[in-house]
Amino acid sequence: MTVTTNVTKTVDARGLSCPLPIVKTALAIKELGSGDMIEVLATDPGSTKDFVAWSKTTGHELVESTVDGKVFRYILRKK
Amino acid sequence: MTATLTRPEAPTPLADELDEPVADGAVKTKELVIVAESGDLERTWATTILASTAAAGEMQVSIFFTFWGLFTLVRPEVRLTGTNWMQKMLAMMNRPGIDHAKLSKLNFAGMGPWMMKKLAKQYGVAEPRELLQMAQALGVRLIPCQMTMDMMGITADQLIDGVEPAVGAATALELMTNADASLFI
Repeated sequence: MTVTTNVTKTVDARGLSCPLPIVKTALAIKELGSGDMIEVLATDPGSTKDFVAWSKTTGHELVESTVDGKVFRYILRKK
Repeated sequence: MTATLTRPEAPTPLADELDEPVADGAVKTKELVIVAESGDLERTWATTILASTAAAGEMQVSIFFTFWGLFTLVRPEVRLTGTNWMQKMLAMMNRPGIDHAKLSKLNFAGMGPWMMKKLAKQYGVAEPRELLQMAQALGVRLIPCQMTMDMMGITADQLIDGVEPAVGAATALELMTNADASLFI
């Protein structure tokens, strides 16, 4: 698991509802450089589809999408 | 008899930007224009959710605030706007500021909005004010309507920071016709 160790920033969106996980991620990813990895933690069940869609529209690659209990974890690479 | 011809006004910087070619020749940035007309709490919520989400999706978003929607942009500390009694009375019946928006139905003298915001907090939903701030941070353009400002006696210094200069309906229409999607909320 090399990808998970290279995370530059984590967005904790646990307990937050749509559209906050996406909006907070967009705000955080602005601060990063191209190729940097960002980790997002969320509990909003809608976020699974939202991050796939968001990755498609923005071009930031969704590297990993996992779930641990009620917490969804996404790793994205900035384009 | 002499006729005086007036020179057409120079285009505003806003109108100039519309004609700019796509920056890097890559995929054209999608554009969303929202006309925020109602100022009702639930509609302001919809406007700020859509604007912030679209901006997060790297769309170019502009919101044109007109009629009751303009009151959304008034600074929270401004209690009363306008100079004549009618403007003041309208502001009194419709307190300016995004935190004072009323529900279009089930308002019950503020009971409805209070419950809505309480529920929002419980379920991790951001309030319109927070969403508007995030939208601004993501580059959403907030454009006030000049006509509403004049009619309601609202001045530019009474509006929140980061708002663009006021424009008219023609500019709003130009924005809309150039956009990929435009909404009237």
